[in-house]
Amino acid sequence: MKLEARDVTFYYRGRKKAPVLEHFSISISSGERVGLKAPSGRGKTTLCRLLAGYERPAAGEVLLDGRQIRKYRGVCPVQMVWQHPETVADPLLTLGRTLNEAGAVEERLMDALHIEPGWLTRYPSELSGGELQRFCLARALHPAVRFLLCDEISAMLDLVTQAQIWNFLMEEAKERGLGLLVVSHDDALLEKVCTRVETMPWQT
Amino acid sequence: MIRDLSLKIRPGQITAVVGASGSGKSLLAHSILGILPYNSRMEGKILYDGELLTPKRAERLRGKEIALIPQGVTWLDPLMKVGAQLEKGRKDAGTKEKCRQALERYGLGADTEELYPFELSGGMARRVLIASAVTEKPRLIIADEPTPGLDARAAARILGHFRELAEEGAGVLFITHDLELALTVADRVAVFYAGETIEEADAEDFSDAGRLRHPFTRALWNAVPAHGFRPIPGAQPYPGTVSEGCPFAGQCGKCREECRRAEEIPLEPFEGGMVRCLYPERRTAG
Repeated sequence: MKLEARDVTFYYRGRKKAPVLEHFSISISSGERVGLKAPSGRGKTTLCRLLAGYERPAAGEVLLDGRQIRKYRGVCPVQMVWQHPETVADPLLTLGRTLNEAGAVEERLMDALHIEPGWLTRYPSELSGGELQRFCLARALHPAVRFLLCDEISAMLDLVTQAQIWNFLMEEAKERGLGLLVVSHDDALLEKVCTRVETMPWQT
Repeated sequence: MIRDLSLKIRPGQITAVVGASGSGKSLLAHSILGILPYNSRMEGKILYDGELLTPKRAERLRGKEIALIPQGVTWLDPLMKVGAQLEKGRKDAGTKEKCRQALERYGLGADTEELYPFELSGGMARRVLIASAVTEKPRLIIADEPTPGLDARAAARILGHFRELAEEGAGVLFITHDLELALTVADRVAVFYAGETIEEADAEDFSDAGRLRHPFTRALWNAVPAHGFRPIPGAQPYPGTVSEGCPFAGQCGKCREECRRAEEIPLEPFEGGMVRCLYPERRTAG
């Protein structure tokens, strides 16, 4: 399978003069782990949002196997794991209920991500950022998912946990033939994890 | 959550606290400021300038002498423009100018003042939080994970700025999970594990694994992407769940019977640093 952004232009409402992305293209094939780097504020997260179908480009297309990503029904095969996990979990639901909204999570994932059963009855504010991020990963790894967009997912993790999670994700990606987009500022990490690294165009 | 925690922050020094997620780092910051949640309990003493830091005193000093740079970008008021948040209600020209300068210091233009938090990127939101903390010229800065999501250049600029503030006489407590980053700027490093300080060392001890004293500190070192990216198996016990023995016992390759039974393992001086381990690693050459 192939996920691609073709000649995409995007601006936020009311900011037509300062597009975040202009004629930008990128493609990721199954089994690839593509690194993406750029200084902050250059549209890395916006690109992920477009690729996952949360936003519609002003011009250009986002295609999964030649079909528009927004046309897919059911579980979206492209899932995003966000930079700030504390902003993507419902603060009024226990994490167990949040997880169930995404469908049953395989036991194997819970073990591999070191999610303790006791955390399921807690609220997001009662877990640390790194613990929440593991929930977000478990939630994003539904069996129907083919591409995972990782937006600085380990920037808040300690080194041991970071190494654990990436070793796990690389293993998982190989086994399932997932395509990964890895956004990070850490060159050493990208070099270890990715099959190739792209730099976003430098805008002024 | 946190137990047996001791830590000194001196003026003119940057002390880094490095620990895993969930090891209680943010709680440490919040306890200094007196903003712990209502269902928490704290024992022990916090001294500031040699005097007891009571909740009343903390309330008076925080935001002025003691500044917090919080971890979450959700600490910004979502309904207020950035400029207004920095000015904190004062509208005189001097305050305006100070805020503009603070933003500029971190590479944010004047147009940022007109944006709402949701219009900021992750990295920009972080820089706004930092600018907001230093507009007051604090004497103690508690930076709780100030840099994730920033590119190397922006991170280096902010850390360079901490160094400047320290040289002007402020004490900086730099809380981070990122050991490599801590080492680029800190004078002393305290390593947290499951809510305890397990090692305190000079930053230069981290130049090679052989100079580190606690097995977990060595494991951290080995997990650095450039040093091999080798994780140790297992996870940290949740702080407060280990009632006896060494909390690292479950992940330690060298754990012995005594380690699991020991009632309390003190933080003791060892080869120039402090370590909480019955069988600390001896210094090896290389």
